[in-house]
Amino acid sequence: MCDKNKMETRNLNLYYKGFQALINVSFPVKENTVTALIGPSGCGKSTFLRTLNRMNDVIDGTRIEGEVLLDDENIYDAEVDPVVLRKQVGMVFQRPNPFPMSIYDNIAYGPRIHGRKNKDELNEIVEKSLQAAALWDEVKDRLHKSALGLSGGQQQRLVIARVLAVDPQVILMDEPASALDPISTAKLEDLIHQLKSSYTIVIVTHNMQQAARVSDFTGFFLNGEMIEYSVTNTMFTAPRVKQTEDYITGRFG
Amino acid sequence: MVRESFQEQLSQLRNDMLQMGNLVENAIDMTAAALEYQDLEMAEKVVVEDDNIDQLQLAIENRCFSLLALQQPMARDLRFIGTALKINTDLERMGDYARNISKIMLKIGSEPLIKPMVDLPRMAKLTRQMVSENLTAFVQRDRALALKAAGHDHEINKLYKNTFTELAALITRDTNTSTVTQSVYLMFIARYLERIGDHATNLSEWIIYMITGERLELGDMSTIVINQPEA
Repeated sequence: MCDKNKMETRNLNLYYKGFQALINVSFPVKENTVTALIGPSGCGKSTFLRTLNRMNDVIDGTRIEGEVLLDDENIYDAEVDPVVLRKQVGMVFQRPNPFPMSIYDNIAYGPRIHGRKNKDELNEIVEKSLQAAALWDEVKDRLHKSALGLSGGQQQRLVIARVLAVDPQVILMDEPASALDPISTAKLEDLIHQLKSSYTIVIVTHNMQQAARVSDFTGFFLNGEMIEYSVTNTMFTAPRVKQTEDYITGRFG
Repeated sequence: MVRESFQEQLSQLRNDMLQMGNLVENAIDMTAAALEYQDLEMAEKVVVEDDNIDQLQLAIENRCFSLLALQQPMARDLRFIGTALKINTDLERMGDYARNISKIMLKIGSEPLIKPMVDLPRMAKLTRQMVSENLTAFVQRDRALALKAAGHDHEINKLYKNTFTELAALITRDTNTSTVTQSVYLMFIARYLERIGDHATNLSEWIIYMITGERLELGDMSTIVINQPEA
């Protein structure tokens, strides 16, 4: 496990119009690890995740204070192109969202936008990405069939392959398994485990057992604040803060 | 309060643990009396009642595994159930030692003793005190009291060494068969009491873990190793 901060927020505040959704969040994301964000609905964990690749930019009335660093550069600096940023910091959402096109074209879509046109090169990217997303063996015979014919679990891995195809450094996952059955969830968790040797992963999950299973570090959010950040093992056996303890033992509220 | 049925099951487990503790405390208490007064009726009772301890141990283990499988406990709940599993084994083993001592007393207790019983009953009372203080620490989540309980082990070890040396000397001086036989039996009793003290020290370690999450090695109180959880 590397000790370098791949990303880091410093005194991050986020406002939706009059409402402050994130309060002074300083949070490290260590390179080549999985960091889980947990907390009750509305605590700010998804909002926080979206600040890491500027997905909140597209929401009107959003204002940010503080810094979000990727390799020590503030991603909110004026010269940063959000499109390039989102290539470096990819995102996977709660519900799989394959494009209504073939499996192959789903994966090739990103590289094509970024100027890759060579067919051999695209073939290689598609295969490598599907391999890395542990989907290749299941779809190699039907690459040119519609991606919408895949199962939910396969679609979610396809979406991950699509993110991998543009060669990201960080992958953000917003409840990626919440729409999946237990087998697909287990496959996705195995995949997350494999991916962390090459990528840095941040995952939001409502399922605490999942956070415990997949992550190296865990952050607990409550009412827009980051209450506790710990090694995952410590977080789930002996958390330091009472609010964390109450939440993860189900005594909350 | 949410997860009410889980809370209810945890509190049942807590009651079972207390009952287990009380049974073992009684067993040691009766063993101390059997030693001090050569009370063979008491010794007989310890042997018979050990079955209750064994049965309760099984019931507690089953309850713990069900809770782990069905409730996926975390944090203090996890520490509580883990501690219950661990100290349950220690308590059962302490009960076995009390039974072993009582069985020896049933063998030798009707003969005149080769030396007056002083240190052995004292050791037994100290182990009982360790169990008693640990049970209170368990219920009241009192870290200081659990530490204090472990502190008595040092004295038990001292008494064990004394007893051993005395009995060894006795055997060397008097090679009469009955003296040798009884000395060996008494050595075993001392050894069992010393082991009870060690298991009672384990209770302290696990109860402290349950309360705070810290792992202490209290084996020799003069060199306490403290492993704080990773930050």
